[in-house]
Amino acid sequence: MDQQIAVNIANVSKSFGSFQAVRNVKLQLKEGEFFSLLGPSGCGKSTLLRMIAGFEEPSEGTISIGGLPMAGIDANHRPTNMVFQSYAIFPHLNVEENIIFGLARSGLSRSEKRARAEDMLAKVGLEGLGRRGAHELSGGQRQRVALARALVLEPKVLLLDEPMSALDKKLREQMQMELRALQRSVGITFLMVTHDQNEAMTISDRCGVMFEGRLAQVATPHELYQKPNTKQVADFIGGMNFFDASIKANGGEKLEVELPRFGQLSMDAHGVSDGVGAAVTIGLRPERVHVGSNRPEGADVAVPARVIDRAFYGETIHYYLELEGRADPLVASVTNFERADHFEIGDSVWSGFRGGAAVALPPK
Amino acid sequence: MTLDKNARLGLLLATPTTLYVLLLIAAPVGMTIAYSFWTQEFVDVTRDFTWANYREVFTDPLYRTLIFRSVRIAAMVTLLTVLLAYPVAYHIALNVKKNKAMWLFLVTIPFWTSYLLRVFSWKLILAQNGVVNSALLWLGVIDTPIDTLLYNSEAVVVTLAHAWAPFAILPIFVSLEKIDRSYLEAAKDLGEGPVRSFLRVTLPLSIPGIIGASMIIFIPTVGDYVTPALVGGSDGAMVANMIQVQFGKANNWPLGAALALSAVVCVTGAACLLVLCLKLIERSLK
Ligand SMILES: Nc1ncnc2c1ncn2[C@@H]1O[C@H](COP(=O)(O)OP(=O)(O)OP(=O)(O)O)[C@@H](O)[C@H]1O
Ligand SMILES: [Mg+2]
Repeated sequence: MDQQIAVNIANVSKSFGSFQAVRNVKLQLKEGEFFSLLGPSGCGKSTLLRMIAGFEEPSEGTISIGGLPMAGIDANHRPTNMVFQSYAIFPHLNVEENIIFGLARSGLSRSEKRARAEDMLAKVGLEGLGRRGAHELSGGQRQRVALARALVLEPKVLLLDEPMSALDKKLREQMQMELRALQRSVGITFLMVTHDQNEAMTISDRCGVMFEGRLAQVATPHELYQKPNTKQVADFIGGMNFFDASIKANGGEKLEVELPRFGQLSMDAHGVSDGVGAAVTIGLRPERVHVGSNRPEGADVAVPARVIDRAFYGETIHYYLELEGRADPLVASVTNFERADHFEIGDSVWSGFRGGAAVALPPK
Repeated sequence: MTLDKNARLGLLLATPTTLYVLLLIAAPVGMTIAYSFWTQEFVDVTRDFTWANYREVFTDPLYRTLIFRSVRIAAMVTLLTVLLAYPVAYHIALNVKKNKAMWLFLVTIPFWTSYLLRVFSWKLILAQNGVVNSALLWLGVIDTPIDTLLYNSEAVVVTLAHAWAPFAILPIFVSLEKIDRSYLEAAKDLGEGPVRSFLRVTLPLSIPGIIGASMIIFIPTVGDYVTPALVGGSDGAMVANMIQVQFGKANNWPLGAALALSAVVCVTGAACLLVLCLKLIERSLK
């Protein structure tokens, strides 16, 4: 089914003086989707968001919302609303007054506005708190008020700039689920900026990863995790072991590579088009590394290793394995189930993996 | 009575301040109150209790006129100063990006000359052969100098509004500076243009600064006697000039004390009214 495009970002760049904060970004947000922009600090996420909101003008390129080009349209006339990182709840107004702030010129009567506010309060789980002062709210409540205040205007796109960064971990996880449910119930396009990859992965339909002003990859969370486009993306999204390998055969679909010490391995080409003899980087997620006292069954390649460190995470245990001739330790994440083997630092073990578990990364 | 260590330390730390307050504020006020109920007999003051001084203050139309005029002039000075100071404070707080300190420093420059000199320079500006008249004559706007610029209550208002400017700019600047920029962006994001953003967010959030500035200006202005004496003439004379006369030339301390205390009560009432008005404005802006 062809989904409508809510926001079209066409070749947008933004420079501050000689510094380019956003470089030639192309991105289309579909109507009703939850999209996250992910990237390290300073990569230009907020700048891109602020250009959509109308607080900054692109130096180059155009942004259209609902098919209308936004050039020259001020933030107060755009069909977007924003949840600010600090929430920006007006301190001189109570919760209800905050929520109806944007309805001032809607032509609604006072009682209609209040009914809308009541509705929104119920949607964000703040029933009966309309009379509360802005300074009598907890962090989570402030966020809900900010959401209600923006959503009551029924924007075409809701923009959220690191909405969870002011919350502690437990509350953050709870709010992530609530935000997801809220987005589904209102059906509005959400564009969230975050530098927390877990957050982006758990709540988004699609994610975009940015580095130094460039959009490196746009994909579903699953795709992003399984098939990162570049080494940089692979490294940013979850943990990854990297191997330098050389290509033995390239059949277009399938790739035969030679891994130092492990030997020959067959895997998906994943867009790597280089010929025989070319160098290629192979990525391997820690949870795809098998660890055992004996050579692991079902592994296509395996070598002996030694446990040099161990980190306990509850549901998983990470082993740092020293391999002969390899500088970085190989990280293996093992699920901590009842009958799992446990190893001590210094133990000699075997480590191995299947060819299908590894991903070839184009040298971009 | 036993005191723990903290309480004793607290007492020790509070003692100098308490003594200072008792000696320099409570004692003079107490004496003024006492004098206002004593009796003036020719050149002597006897300690016989009387209401006569207050009766005189409230029945003689001269004193009533002076008190009301003082409050009115102070209110006008406050209004004018705040109106002129607000844009300056707004500009420094929200438009100036670099060198805010330099701007604030410039605002304080008038303080480098003495208060008296500043009042005298207004005399030079407003006098019959002063700067304003010479300029208007030279421009041909008038052909005889205007002699009503000086020696009236308007001259007092103008002179004081200039003198108080930094006292209004600084508190308003502080309250504007404290406003988080994200509030202004949020107002814009929620659909409000610059004027309505100002009225609905910036102005209400700067009301504390306006209240502070108003109090700092209003209260001392009611009691000012130097400016009215120099540029006010008989039309611009204020209650403090009369209090000075009672304690000086007229040598009637009990009447002066009663006048002073009545003025204090009026100022307190007027100041409360002023704060109430500002609070009402704040509420109506919601
Ligand atoms: N108004 C501005 N003037 C000059 N440089 C700016 C301005 N706004 C942003 N920048 C620069 O642009 C770059 C991107 O900033 P941006 O705020 O978009 O980063 P971000 O990805 O949101 O980072 P964070 O996760 O830390 O919020 C930064 O290097 C920043 O210093
Ligand atoms: Mg940011």
